[in-house]
Amino acid sequence: MKKPAHGRIALGKDVWLDTERRVNRAPDRRSVGLVFQEYALFPHLTVAANVAFGGASPARVSELLERLHIGHLAGEKPTRLSGGERQRVAVARALGRDPQVLLLDEPLSALDAHTRTAVREELADILATLAIPTLMVTHDFLDASTLADRIGVIRDGQLHQIGRPEELTARPADAFVASLTGGNLLHGMAEGTRVTLDDGTVIEVAEPATGRVGIAVYPWEVSVSSTSPGAGNVLAGTVGSITPDRGRTRVRVGPLVAEVAHVDGLERGARAFASFAPRSARVIQ
Amino acid sequence: MRAGFTALLALCLGVVLAFLAIPIVALFTEVPLGDVPGLLRDPVVQDTLKVTLRTNAIANVLILAVGTPAAYFLATRHFKGRALVITLIELPLVLPPAVAGIGLLAAFGAGGLFGGALQDQGIILPFTEWAVVLAVIFVASPFYLRQAISAFESVDPTLHDAARTLGASPARTFLRVALPLAASGLVAGWVLAFARGIGEFGATIVFAGNVRGETGTLTLTIYEQLEANFDVALSIGILLVVLSAVILLSYKLLSWRRSSSTSPTPFARSSSAPA
Repeated sequence: MKKPAHGRIALGKDVWLDTERRVNRAPDRRSVGLVFQEYALFPHLTVAANVAFGGASPARVSELLERLHIGHLAGEKPTRLSGGERQRVAVARALGRDPQVLLLDEPLSALDAHTRTAVREELADILATLAIPTLMVTHDFLDASTLADRIGVIRDGQLHQIGRPEELTARPADAFVASLTGGNLLHGMAEGTRVTLDDGTVIEVAEPATGRVGIAVYPWEVSVSSTSPGAGNVLAGTVGSITPDRGRTRVRVGPLVAEVAHVDGLERGARAFASFAPRSARVIQ
Repeated sequence: MRAGFTALLALCLGVVLAFLAIPIVALFTEVPLGDVPGLLRDPVVQDTLKVTLRTNAIANVLILAVGTPAAYFLATRHFKGRALVITLIELPLVLPPAVAGIGLLAAFGAGGLFGGALQDQGIILPFTEWAVVLAVIFVASPFYLRQAISAFESVDPTLHDAARTLGASPARTFLRVALPLAASGLVAGWVLAFARGIGEFGATIVFAGNVRGETGTLTLTIYEQLEANFDVALSIGILLVVLSAVILLSYKLLSWRRSSSTSPTPFARSSSAPA
């Protein structure tokens, strides 16, 4: 829709845009199924007419509606649908022109938190049944890790890291990826497998490094206790916020957030110890 | 004190209503209503009615056919000088109609800017039925264009984009998405333009004159019949009041339907229950 200043976009051997060769295929001549952020359904058309807009035959329209479990909504206008239903219509409409690639532009951002969880699961099921390459844009790591096979982390136009969701958590390439994937970030000077943190605490890491490093530690790999555990990496501090979160509790101790099952005897303002294993301390150069 | 103030407001409203209503009421009381159908069958009125309907029909078709794409262009493309173009389109709204008429004469009259060239082709516009059409288009089209631009502007641009990604060409996007979504706004604009065209007087009398059966429209005939047959003038007045009331009502009805169909939340906010 907007022409990039320079670059090249191709799908297989089909070049859509090449600023050097002055190729810029019109949007309606690109085989792409785009699901818009707010779905952009045509309010004056029924669900069936929306899906048929891209040229799908009536038989194909009913097949798509059935596949997305919205066959009973064929005659409804989009204004009468819920967020999840609208999203299914948007996906069905995008598939209606038999695209070679499906693009999802922040498909969940238009929904409130409660609806979002349900629709995210629905979308995951839908995408699993589609045999079509899909590219999704999101600001939410949970959306990405639930829905994607591979995640590319882009910031300020630069690709920071690309990999499977578990690879990103296991080996965040830099501080930005570590914090995006939900990690705590510590800083210090490394000498082999020993790192002296900025507050003077010395911790052990699994991989040797030298010089100034960042250390990523995930909340679910941090334990919290009121007495020093004695073994592993221990950071002492006062308990900050205690936030219940989906059956678990997030506790802040000093610079670290821990996600634990129980918070026995811990109170805000009390002294506590956060500990984690050396292999949980991921070094970021 | 407070009651006195409210009474003052009510009194002012009463004065306003009385002043605006009295001429309308007088129209209906000065001539026996039963005589009106007969007076309207007068050959003078019949000729006038035909001229008015014919010229306005042609003018309105041209306004819609050329104005709609022009308004769509202005609503969807942003270019240098766009604000100036829109101001130019709005100028006839504030221009005195007599000035519009003399402008049209200066442009298309004998010895005018294009008058000579047209005359060489055997086309003479002033004081013909086409002069009435041009005058109506000149004064009425800005009403349609203004409303049409804002109607097209209010169509969510992502719907254009969505249509394009679904393989629709720009022309198909216009026909299938922009036009139906802007339709009620376009009709509202057209109603205003139609009303202005029927009531057109100043530009027409200057540019087209008042030739019975050719350029004599309803409003011109009212003026002409003032001395010849006051009752005929009155009954044309009644006809135009009824027509104007119908136009105003349909415009209000359309705007009301439009505001209720494009409420601030375009989609019902409801939770998604997994099917």
